[in-house]
Amino acid sequence: MLNVGQIWEGFVLDHIEAGKSLSIYFDLKLDKLDSCVAIIKNARSNKMGKKDIIKVECGIDRLDLDILGYINHNITVNIIQEGNIIEKKRLTLPETIVNVIRCKNPRCITSIEQGLDQVFFLTDKEKEVYRCKYCEEKYGET
Amino acid sequence: MRHLMSPLDFSVEELETLMNLADDIRMCPEKYSHSCHGKKLASCFYEPSTRTRLSLETAMLNLGGSVIGFSDAASSSASKGESVADTIRMISCYADICAIRHPKEGAPLVASMKSTIPIINAGDGGHQHPTQTLTDLLTIRSLKGRLHHLKIGLCGDLKFGRTVHSLINALIRYTDIEFVLISPPELRVPDYIRDDVLRKNNIPFQEVIRLEEVLQDLDLLYMTRVQKERFFNEEEYVRMKDFYILDKSKMELAAKEMLVLHPLPRVNEIAVEVDDDERAVYFKQVQFGVYIRMALILTLLEVKIC
Repeated sequence: MLNVGQIWEGFVLDHIEAGKSLSIYFDLKLDKLDSCVAIIKNARSNKMGKKDIIKVECGIDRLDLDILGYINHNITVNIIQEGNIIEKKRLTLPETIVNVIRCKNPRCITSIEQGLDQVFFLTDKEKEVYRCKYCEEKYGET
Repeated sequence: MRHLMSPLDFSVEELETLMNLADDIRMCPEKYSHSCHGKKLASCFYEPSTRTRLSLETAMLNLGGSVIGFSDAASSSASKGESVADTIRMISCYADICAIRHPKEGAPLVASMKSTIPIINAGDGGHQHPTQTLTDLLTIRSLKGRLHHLKIGLCGDLKFGRTVHSLINALIRYTDIEFVLISPPELRVPDYIRDDVLRKNNIPFQEVIRLEEVLQDLDLLYMTRVQKERFFNEEEYVRMKDFYILDKSKMELAAKEMLVLHPLPRVNEIAVEVDDDERAVYFKQVQFGVYIRMALILTLLEVKIC
């Protein structure tokens, strides 16, 4: 079994579906972060069989957990301070997501207007539907 | 400062106030003829329009105001690549209120985010056309005397017709509303209207193919154009096109009080012979469109008439 050391301050993102850690690494823009990051793939899990884990050593205000909530709200986020878990955060679907996904509707103003944020609102919590702020098109529908 | 992006921006109570003002304008137009003296409407049409542009401009002129603007994108800075945000910042320095029609959906919303003057969405692609919906509501209220307890037939292209979607969304806020959706299978209302609007709000509705089957039960018939290019094949179009042409013989099946509305332009979906029928109110609808746009301009400019 591979051992990855404890972190002093930062996050442990646990219960990531096996194989998804690398895309989450980029979605969270961890590649832009000048911090120690460990990606553990295919770790054994009683609950999931196999899972991925990401450990990030950084200040606890550095991560946008709203993005994570959108990517997969089943991921467990452990917040670490002085080597101890100080909080296990439950992720929820964010009401608004900004500049995470792009509207694919070619008729939408976001397709031509420069400098416009890509904003989506959660319009149906049950069905996890997000709609573009500008054209109201459902994400993934076009 | 308020803008108008969607017909749902106004609550039912605010709509009542707006329509009461439109009624008063209709009854005493001279009372309002100088109410916008010294004010300017910027009429910014990035794509062609006949009715909406002329109606908005007429509304401002009737109020004693003046109009500046452009009627196609080629004669604006958009042809040089200027963004909507930059254009509206500039227009905010020239005018007191601005109406925007744009082929891109959400463009008026972008304008409203940067504007220091009220913005009216005069149509954005296939998305919203709120002043048409306000026109439809005022026409129905004025000629039917109510916006509740109505069985409304919506006929034609219910899939791509933005006026139909907006009207459904606006009318479900009233009590005892029932819809009959009359269209070819290819042009039925989108799922989000059927599921997220009608079913979710327990609004009774039925979907039928032939207009004749339901005409006798309707209080209102809202006609839209069925375009040939919307059909999957020519055969289907030829087989069905007559189902959606309202003529004298079909009007004989309808109730005496049933009203026929149409957002216009009409091509051939309503035969010219129907125009003389008292129940055909689509040209009156155009006149109501001016009154409601006058009321809208006064409301957004917060002009008080004593």
